[in-house]
Amino acid sequence: MSTPVIALKNITKTFGQIVANKNINLSVEAGEIVALLGENGSGKTTLMNMISGIYFPDEGQIFINGEEVVIKSPKDAFKYGIGMIHQHFKLVELFSAAENVALGLKEKGKYDIKEVSARVREITEKYGFDIDPDKKIYEMSVSEKQTVEIIKVLYRGANILILDEPTAVLTPQETQKLFAVLRKMKEDGKSIIIITHKLHEVLSISDNVVVLRKGEYIGTVKTADTNESQLTEMMVGKKIDLNIERSEPENSIDRLVVKGVDVINRDGVKVLDDISFTARSGEILGIAGIAGSGQKELLEAIAGLQKLDGGEIMYMNPATGTAEDLRNKTPMQIRDLGVRLSFVPEDRLGMGLVGNMDIIDNMMLRSYKKGKSVFVERKGPRALADKVIEDLEVVTPGPTTPVRRLSGGNVQKVLVGREIAAAPTVLMAAYPVRGLDINSSYAIYNLLNEQKKNGVAVIFVGEDLDVLIELCDRILVLCAGRITGLIDGRTADKSEIGLLMTKHTGGNE
Amino acid sequence: MAKQNKIHEPPFHIVKRPAIVWWKALLIRTVAIIAALGVSSVVLYALTKKSPLEAMRLVYEASFGAYKKDLGTGFFTQMFTGRKFWAMLQELCMLLVIALAVTPAFKMKYWNLGAQGQVLFGGLCSVAVMFYLNSGYWATHKWLVTVLMLIAAVLGGVLWAVIPALFKARWNTNESLFTLMMNYIAIQLVSCMINVWVPSGSQVMGVVNQNSKIGWMPAMAFPDAWNMSPSAKNYFFNIVIVLLLTGVMFVYLRYSKHGYELSVVGESVNTANYIGINVKKVIIRTLVFSGLLCGISGFLLVSGTDHSITTGLDRGYGFTAIIVAWLAKFNPLMMVLTSFLIVFLGKGASDIAMNMGFNESVGDIITGIIIFFIIGCEFFINYRIVKTHREG
Repeated sequence: MSTPVIALKNITKTFGQIVANKNINLSVEAGEIVALLGENGSGKTTLMNMISGIYFPDEGQIFINGEEVVIKSPKDAFKYGIGMIHQHFKLVELFSAAENVALGLKEKGKYDIKEVSARVREITEKYGFDIDPDKKIYEMSVSEKQTVEIIKVLYRGANILILDEPTAVLTPQETQKLFAVLRKMKEDGKSIIIITHKLHEVLSISDNVVVLRKGEYIGTVKTADTNESQLTEMMVGKKIDLNIERSEPENSIDRLVVKGVDVINRDGVKVLDDISFTARSGEILGIAGIAGSGQKELLEAIAGLQKLDGGEIMYMNPATGTAEDLRNKTPMQIRDLGVRLSFVPEDRLGMGLVGNMDIIDNMMLRSYKKGKSVFVERKGPRALADKVIEDLEVVTPGPTTPVRRLSGGNVQKVLVGREIAAAPTVLMAAYPVRGLDINSSYAIYNLLNEQKKNGVAVIFVGEDLDVLIELCDRILVLCAGRITGLIDGRTADKSEIGLLMTKHTGGNE
Repeated sequence: MAKQNKIHEPPFHIVKRPAIVWWKALLIRTVAIIAALGVSSVVLYALTKKSPLEAMRLVYEASFGAYKKDLGTGFFTQMFTGRKFWAMLQELCMLLVIALAVTPAFKMKYWNLGAQGQVLFGGLCSVAVMFYLNSGYWATHKWLVTVLMLIAAVLGGVLWAVIPALFKARWNTNESLFTLMMNYIAIQLVSCMINVWVPSGSQVMGVVNQNSKIGWMPAMAFPDAWNMSPSAKNYFFNIVIVLLLTGVMFVYLRYSKHGYELSVVGESVNTANYIGINVKKVIIRTLVFSGLLCGISGFLLVSGTDHSITTGLDRGYGFTAIIVAWLAKFNPLMMVLTSFLIVFLGKGASDIAMNMGFNESVGDIITGIIIFFIIGCEFFINYRIVKTHREG
């Protein structure tokens, strides 16, 4: 066996009492792609941060080409040819691709951007990237920005590339492109570590898979010798059924009718353009689209948090049987009608929950105004907190624990649990499983299905197309604020949705 | 692995503590205070060549009165009737009431640096009432003057606090700068009014209504047998009012709907909007409350303490109060302790300086050392330092 380019032996890292990594072993040889697989919170990113010099391991050793090294800073990592592409890009928006690559280079001689450009072109041709070095970052799509990040580390002569969830922000087509590039780099003898929790990607791109679970090293398997269910079992620790149930909608009637909605943001950009659709009771309507295609604005418009610049949103009130216009109502009034938004922005705690408050006080956000007393009443919220903790199996020391201390999945359960407790008629959930482990994700899908059976009109904004196709009755596809398709979930095809997500219908772009 | 000893790595690193048990936190704080006393003793000894114990005694006596070795009967009686003890309580309460005033705004993450101006302007309104209404009808209705002074002070404090709040709510102006600038306006207004009221041009306003005591906070009629010092009698009501307000503020923040709303606004404006809290209304309402308390502070300082006004009416507490509130993590009951700490140290430090023939700076150095240790120990409560160890 040849010497691995990079090898980790018994790496351990703790944060307080939390063991983020425990005795992790991993080795990558030249021309090999290793997938680092694990659920959120299993310590994948922590491990990679130790290789790239952001954290320092408590115990264990790192070997580069067989020699033990100490990596104390990103500079050290760079010296050993390690380059990391983070989930969040670190680029200067106003600079061109080449200028971003040149940033921070300490080469002797004159600063010559043309030379940098030329060398960037060389790299793009070699590996088959598709990018113009002189294009400004702010004009680029997410996938182009990612390309710039990759070129940046290649330009600096990196031999070992670490990609942290590179496909999270890409469409299926863009993912294929990225994988083609990665395969070329592999042929060129580069070593690649790719962090992910998407199984089919692991199977299609990697040579070996290293699985972590809750900070512990579970094992390394050859990709050729494994399959989805074995990997899931390693990742989760038990067998789970990967199928999401989908019942036929019953007694579906129109609940929410959206007609020709336009929204123009502060910069004068039309973020929603002539949006029309109907959400029906007893069905799950999925919304697919690349991040930032207008999903947030659409849900906020329905919830009354976003001013409309055109169009109307009619709510068919099941209590009175009349149609009510939501445009003239305050968020409070809309909520009281039973339209509930369980919105999960990038920052889970940003809206809907208050991180520093305990579970009881967060339950109270909904109900504290009731009654004429000047004092708040905590008995009801306490009972609700206990009920949500029990029903949804929230893992917490108790109802008085600040929500910020809970793990992502449990925070999500608290939020969804509270919204469902109010017996909504419309339930909007945006990215409700983002960052959740498989078990919690399925718990959330079940909750949504239960609501559907209770006759609620569920609107589900998701990012994983596989899930959307399995869970939703109908899928609405958004692209740059326009509807590019409305597909039946039972017959939908992933690549079809992928194409619709990037199809600009006669717009200005 | 022969190379291992050549490899350099940091000898220790910093780790965040998840949660600390209460006795450990207490232990860390105690050690910090002992260490602070140790370091300040060394500094004092280097400067004065006197025994640090002597200095410690001076610090103690500055707040609690003469120290006697005999702890028998009479020790506590002497302390509780003495002037120093009541003067310390009075200062503690003045600091405490201003700290209470800034707390709701700070909890809402509205950085009100204008407590000084709010107290000054409230005090100015109060003193104006006292200055003008001191004869005829008013001489026979002294209590009415006192009530009017309170109302004027509250209105003044509220006005000074609510102007920046309106701008913040309406145009999202920066409240720190705005409130800070309002302080200077208040200071200049006070100077200006003193010039108007004191024609001699001495720039010093003497005690108002020295003989008639119109508008003065009444003194507590302790039984003569108790032999209470005049300070005890004069400051008694000030102290009682502030302690009552402490309780009110505690309940307001923890159990009222208003208190709940302002915490939500402070934590996340997005969440507040989402659940239908009118953020602008909450900002203005909270600052009205904040200004109201600053006004009361101004009233207590004018009517119950100084019976006059200077530009230094607030004793710099407008800013010290912020430290008090932060150190107590915005818990009004804890603020009693933190204000005690600050006042106790301040008084001790200035007495040391006076007795040993130094200027106030020595006192400031000692206070600085102690506060440094107290705030510094918070680091060790939140983090711990771990020695790096490796397995070969």
